Amino acid sequence: MIDFTPFILSFKLAFFVTIILLIIGIPFAWFLASTKSKIKPLLETITALPIVLPPSVLGFYLLVALSLNSPIGRFFYEMFDVKLVFSFPGLVVASCIYSFPFMIQPLQSGFESLDKSLIEASYVSGKSKIETLFKVIIPNIKSNLLTAIIITFAHTIGEFGVVLMVGGSIPGKTEVASVAIYDFVEMMDYKSAHIYSAIMLVISFLVLFVVYYINEKNKRKFNDIY
Amino acid sequence: MKKTKENLMIFIDVRKKLHGVYKDMELKCNIELKKGDFLAVCGESGSGKTTLLRVIAGLERAEGRIVVDGEVWLDKKCFLPPQKREIGFLFQNYALFPNMNVMQNLLYVNNDEKFAKKLLEMSEIYELKDRYPASLSGGQKQRVALCRALMKKPKLLLLDEPFSALDPKMREKLQNELSYFHKEFDLTTIMVTHSPSEIYKLANKMIEIKKGEIVKKGNPKEALLNTKSSEKFALEGIIIDIKKVDVIYVAVVAIGNNLVEIVLSNEAKEFKTGEKVIVSNKAFSVNIRKKE
Repeated sequence: MIDFTPFILSFKLAFFVTIILLIIGIPFAWFLASTKSKIKPLLETITALPIVLPPSVLGFYLLVALSLNSPIGRFFYEMFDVKLVFSFPGLVVASCIYSFPFMIQPLQSGFESLDKSLIEASYVSGKSKIETLFKVIIPNIKSNLLTAIIITFAHTIGEFGVVLMVGGSIPGKTEVASVAIYDFVEMMDYKSAHIYSAIMLVISFLVLFVVYYINEKNKRKFNDIY
Repeated sequence: MKKTKENLMIFIDVRKKLHGVYKDMELKCNIELKKGDFLAVCGESGSGKTTLLRVIAGLERAEGRIVVDGEVWLDKKCFLPPQKREIGFLFQNYALFPNMNVMQNLLYVNNDEKFAKKLLEMSEIYELKDRYPASLSGGQKQRVALCRALMKKPKLLLLDEPFSALDPKMREKLQNELSYFHKEFDLTTIMVTHSPSEIYKLANKMIEIKKGEIVKKGNPKEALLNTKSSEKFALEGIIIDIKKVDVIYVAVVAIGNNLVEIVLSNEAKEFKTGEKVIVSNKAFSVNIRKKE
């Protein structure tokens, strides 16, 4: 019988990370899309850094930054009694940083390509910025939003290096599916590795297929010229 | 500071630095309107017409003063955001919300289904109420956008070249519709436009802006017609050729899309190809003179 704990852990992690990044990501991406500030390229660089940085490098710095010897790690330990290394909350923090660009970039490009006169039309109609955001801006970047959510979710499930560095591989706590496969191979348990890998492959395929399918359908709905 | 007179409903006096086509220039406009006025704003592109409209709407900041119906929209201390200004704005690209159908577009502005139905019926597009903007033609979009701009029963209706993207037939139909709405709802309207016939048909006041400043102001009937005292008609055209026929000279003049031949009397040497002229009739003869 297959032990599904690592998968459940992977999904739990991806779920928390996606929710947190969604809450942070929408205002931040909106800021990036609309700012004329000179620090914009700097912020964009920092945002994109996790894409190019080797996961081990990112993992190493996060390990140092989150440990009890660092101010951040100590702050979380003293305030919330939470240890951020080799623990699930630590994985969430690390994954949020690692998956950050995958949430921000689709949202930012969606915001940037949105016709600005739609926003102005909403203001002229007497609607506040918040109402405009939820009723005009977000519904009109739906495909970007969907892409951002799904890719962030999938990317978090697929991550390996950072999770291994920051979380270790504690079964039931920080041993997510991708790490579990690595452990199986190390233990020469190829059968389990095969099963786990096949499940990951199918999940990844389905997730991406759903994104592309829905986006194509949305496009048709809005551009339906009779 | 100038005090607003009682019969004066709208008082606009704004200045704004622009980085436009003519390098840096300053938009300087002083407009006074009464309730029910229809003001046409014309001028070359890049002269600041659209900016003026956006300043009035509160979509751009400017210095100066805007008072509408005794309410201060803009002065040194106060900047009323666009949400609080009672305006209807018709954008050049219509800016209909793609995620809402026609009815929802109208109800988003003001949740008054009865009024929305009335407007759509007046524009003869009620049957389109469930359609999404992407499936509408240009003329239909324009009508929906006009209905949407009227949903709030605005004190001031602002139109940014509303008919520029439409074919002449549709343009004429919608001009009539706008004229009807303007009277029916007792609107005060400011419209940016290029077309003299549009101005003549719809507006009772006009200004021409050049490099940010008002260069012409007045009644369209007087400002647009070129006729002098005894002339019956006067058309503006460009000389595209001057040819010699036997002993006389004949000028070929392009007026709109038409070409006409006009016999030049002894003043033939005064005219050159490419010159702007006014062709008019006096008594029974056709007369040609240079445009001042």
